[in-house]
Amino acid sequence: MKIGEATRDRVLSVASPVALFVLWEIASRAHWIDSRFFPAPSSIAGTFGAMIANGTLLSNTLTTLERLAIGLVVGGVPGLVLGLAMGLYRPIYALVDPLISATYPVPKSAILPLILLVFGLGEASKIAMVAIGMFYPVVINTAAGVRQIDRIYFDVGRNFGARGPAVFRTIAFPGALPVIMTGVKLGAGLGLILIAIAEMVGAQSGLGFLIWNAWQILQVNVMYVGLITIAVIGFVLTVMLNELERLLIPSRTRR
Amino acid sequence: MSGAAKIRFENVEKRFALRDGEHVALGGISFEVGAGEFFVIVGPSGCGKTTLLRIAAGLDRPTSGRVSIAHGEGERPENAMVFQGDSIFPWMTVRENASYGLRMRGAARAHIDEVVGHYLDRTGLRRFADAYPYQLSGGMKQRVSIARAFACDPEVLLMDEPFSALDEQNRTLLQEELLRIWDETKKTVVFITHSVDEAVTLGDRIMVMSADGLPKAYVDVPFSRPRSVLELRATPEYGRLFHDIWAQLRTEIHEVA
Repeated sequence: MKIGEATRDRVLSVASPVALFVLWEIASRAHWIDSRFFPAPSSIAGTFGAMIANGTLLSNTLTTLERLAIGLVVGGVPGLVLGLAMGLYRPIYALVDPLISATYPVPKSAILPLILLVFGLGEASKIAMVAIGMFYPVVINTAAGVRQIDRIYFDVGRNFGARGPAVFRTIAFPGALPVIMTGVKLGAGLGLILIAIAEMVGAQSGLGFLIWNAWQILQVNVMYVGLITIAVIGFVLTVMLNELERLLIPSRTRR
Repeated sequence: MSGAAKIRFENVEKRFALRDGEHVALGGISFEVGAGEFFVIVGPSGCGKTTLLRIAAGLDRPTSGRVSIAHGEGERPENAMVFQGDSIFPWMTVRENASYGLRMRGAARAHIDEVVGHYLDRTGLRRFADAYPYQLSGGMKQRVSIARAFACDPEVLLMDEPFSALDEQNRTLLQEELLRIWDETKKTVVFITHSVDEAVTLGDRIMVMSADGLPKAYVDVPFSRPRSVLELRATPEYGRLFHDIWAQLRTEIHEVA
């Protein structure tokens, strides 16, 4: 029987990771690779189950998710508002853009020590790191998104009586939304990277701490569990944001 | 001219500063359009007719002079414009676009539904009410723009070459539809075009504009209403008017070119 090309491709793309896991399992058990650094997947799965059972995985995951969620809002909302204002009003753009352009190239991870200094070792510094990661892509994309809206739409708004907030709500925001969503996705990805780094250095909880602590006491299985969990969070976040984009921008994505 | 003056242009002048001196887009224009009159301005490209309309719409300021619009009874917006080219919001459905003016003025929901429903019917857009602009042809998009302008029931309708981007067949269809809707409402219209055909087909009165932004001639169009575009174009009177206006315009185009 001949199988279709689509089916074949789907089988192949599932087959490659499965094959890797099987090879890894065999290699680890046969001691072709150092099982202290590359424990067998079955053994990692065992640790996974144990950590779910004793609650450590859930509590650390929730801690990280909470910091991430708060940070994304704390960075995203001001980024959106400032970006809209910059896009709509040239003087505000002229005032704020140099500050953003000057500070944007600084690697966000490099300012962690400064953030720890200012916000201390508590929750505030973790949230601040995520917020900074979110803020820049959102403010830059929102301002650019508004500025690329064709002038005629603002003329239409004026002609049909849109004033002040109505211009934001009916023209600037929806017109810039596709570009804004790109910024939100970038910012969320950056936020996840930064929360992992922040938790490794200055925290006693969270997935970043879990991974770092596992390295320090050489619990390699726990480290892999942390890595897998954070990868899953990243994947789910991407799927959720893509779905959100589809809901918010029916005029573009239903194409 | 029928009835009292609805929109009055008084010495409207527009100059733009250039590096070497200045460009006069409008050289001080005065005219009146009567209530319920379909007034067409025809002129060569670059004669400042779009600038004139934008000033009337309040989107540009004149260097000097003024435009005043007489208010009738009821709360109405002074003007609504049908723009040249794509001007309906890509992020709104047909219904949301058509109701935009009414929504911005805070009209009651029931009133919006009724009025917008009526104009969606009149423009044949009912089936596409929930479609987005990317799903529509150019002609359909301009119908939405026309429905949007009529729906908010302005004192004066301003139309800036609304059909210039359409192919000839669609243009003729939309001209017919516009005439039909206009016959029902008898709105005061200021319509800009570079097409002599369009001017003679639609207008009650035509102003031929010169290349330097001044009125060159006024022509009364004697055809009765309601008009049929096709029958109109078969009459000898139509040919004579077309010829007269075209002769006026020709010298202006030579001047620009």
